[in-house]
Amino acid sequence: MSTIIRELTPELGSLALSGLMAAAAGLIGSFAVMRRMVLAADPMSHIALPGIGIALILRVNPLWGALALLLLGAVLIWAVERRTRIATEAVIGVTFAVALAVGSIITSGEALIDALLGAPGMLTLAETAFGIAGSLIVIVFVLRARNALVVRLVSPEIAITASVDVARLDLYFLLAFALTIGLGLRFLGVLLMGSLIIIPAALARRFARNLNAMLTVSVVTAVVATAAGTYVASLARRPSGPFIVMVAGGLFFLSLLRRRKT
Amino acid sequence: MSALEVKDLAVRLGGTEVLRSLTFSLPRASCLAIIGPNGAGKTVLLRALIGALPHAGTIAWAAGTVLGYVPQKLDIERDLPLNGWDFLRARAALSGGTPALQREALDSVGLAEEALSTPIGNMSGGQFQRLLIAFALLGRPNVLLLDEPAAGIDAPGQAQLSEVLRTLQDTRAMTVLLVSHDLSVVYSHADYVLCLGRHGTCFGPPRAALTPERLYEIYGQPLGFHVHDHS
Repeated sequence: MSTIIRELTPELGSLALSGLMAAAAGLIGSFAVMRRMVLAADPMSHIALPGIGIALILRVNPLWGALALLLLGAVLIWAVERRTRIATEAVIGVTFAVALAVGSIITSGEALIDALLGAPGMLTLAETAFGIAGSLIVIVFVLRARNALVVRLVSPEIAITASVDVARLDLYFLLAFALTIGLGLRFLGVLLMGSLIIIPAALARRFARNLNAMLTVSVVTAVVATAAGTYVASLARRPSGPFIVMVAGGLFFLSLLRRRKT
Repeated sequence: MSALEVKDLAVRLGGTEVLRSLTFSLPRASCLAIIGPNGAGKTVLLRALIGALPHAGTIAWAAGTVLGYVPQKLDIERDLPLNGWDFLRARAALSGGTPALQREALDSVGLAEEALSTPIGNMSGGQFQRLLIAFALLGRPNVLLLDEPAAGIDAPGQAQLSEVLRTLQDTRAMTVLLVSHDLSVVYSHADYVLCLGRHGTCFGPPRAALTPERLYEIYGQPLGFHVHDHS
C-alpha cells in the first residue's frame, strides 16, 4: 500500500500542480485580457530564457533563474509604466526581444528546446511544492484583489478615490503575472506560456457578460486545455507545451463557430 | 468654513506647465463650475485635486473630506465582461457598503436595478453616467467632483442629471465641483465659477466673474451667450 502511495504521490503532485497552475493562468489572464495586456504577455515570458541560461551555467535549478528574471522584468515594466505610458510597449518589446536573443545564446542544445517548449518528465519535490504554493498565491491574490482590480481597470482615478493604492496594486498584479509565467515554464516553456494566460481568457471574453462568467469560463478552459494537452503529449512522448496550446487554440477556434454575445 | 483651499497650484505634464499659480477657496456645500477652452487644464485640475497627479503648491481639503469622482466619458469596450453589479459590488466591497446603501445610491440617481445586469460597455451614456455617480455615492462622499458629466448625453438625460445633482446638493449638503462646457449650467447651478483660460484665470460668483469681456479673454473669441436675468 505504502509503495503504491509513494509511486502515486509524484503523479498526484504533478496533476495537482498542473491543475492549479492552469487555474492561476485562467484567473490572471482574465484581468490581463480585460486590461488590454494581451501583447505584453508573450514578450514578458521571453525574459525567463536568459534566467534559465544563467541558472544552467551556475548549475542551479533553471526554474529559480527563470523566476528571478521574470520578477525583475515585472518590476521593470512597472517602473517604466509609471514614468510614461507611451513608451511602455516599445520598451517591453525591445527589452524582451533582446532577452530572448541573449538567452538563446547562453542556453543551448536540449536545455534550450526544453526551456522554449516545456520539458516532459517528473518534477522534483521542491519544484512541485513551489508550483503548488505559487499557484495558490496567484489564485488567492486575484480572488482577494478582484474588487480593486475591477475598479482600477475601469478607471485608475476612480480607484484612487476609492482608496485603492493603484501603484501598489499594479506592481502586485505584474508580479503575480510574472509568477504565473514562471509556474507554467516547466509545462509550456518560454515561448508558449503567455498563450495559456491569454487564449482561455480571450475565449471567455467572447461569451461572458459579467465577471463571474469571465473568470469561470477562463479557468475551466485553461484547466481542460492543460489536462488534455498534457495527456496527449504523454502518449506522443513529446514536450507538453505545444499540445496544451494547440488544445487551447482549438477550443478558441471552435468558439468562433458560435455567435458571440450581443 | 472652506471645503477646499488651493494655493499657488502648479501642474506640469511632460514638461509643459498646464496649470500655474492657481489660488482659490471654496465654501462647504457650494457648487463650483470649472470652465475653459479645450486644453486649458480642467481635467488636469480635477485629477490633481483627487491626488492622481503630482503638483506644486498646496491643495487642502477640510478635515473629514471624502471625495467622490465621476470622470469624463470613459472609453469602455463594448464587450468588456463587467456589468453594473460587478462594478457597484466592487465599490461596496472596498468601502464596506451595505445592500441598503447600494439601493439608496441607485435611488438617488434614478437607476433601476434591472439596468445593472447590462455590461457597462453596452449602457447608454446617461445610464453609465448615473452608474458612475451611484458608484461615487457608495463611498459616502461629502465632496463630488464631476468631469463634464453631461458630455455625450441626450437632452432628457442631461435634465435628469441636473436634477440628480441638485437633489444631492440639497439633501446631503454636498460640495460639488463640476467641469462644464455649458454656460447655462454654470449660471443655473454654480455658486462659483473658476475659469481657466489662455490668458490667466478668474474666480467668483458667475454673474460677477463672467463678463462678456472676460469670456472673450478666456475663449479667445466672442461668445454669443446672454444671461437671462430672472431676478
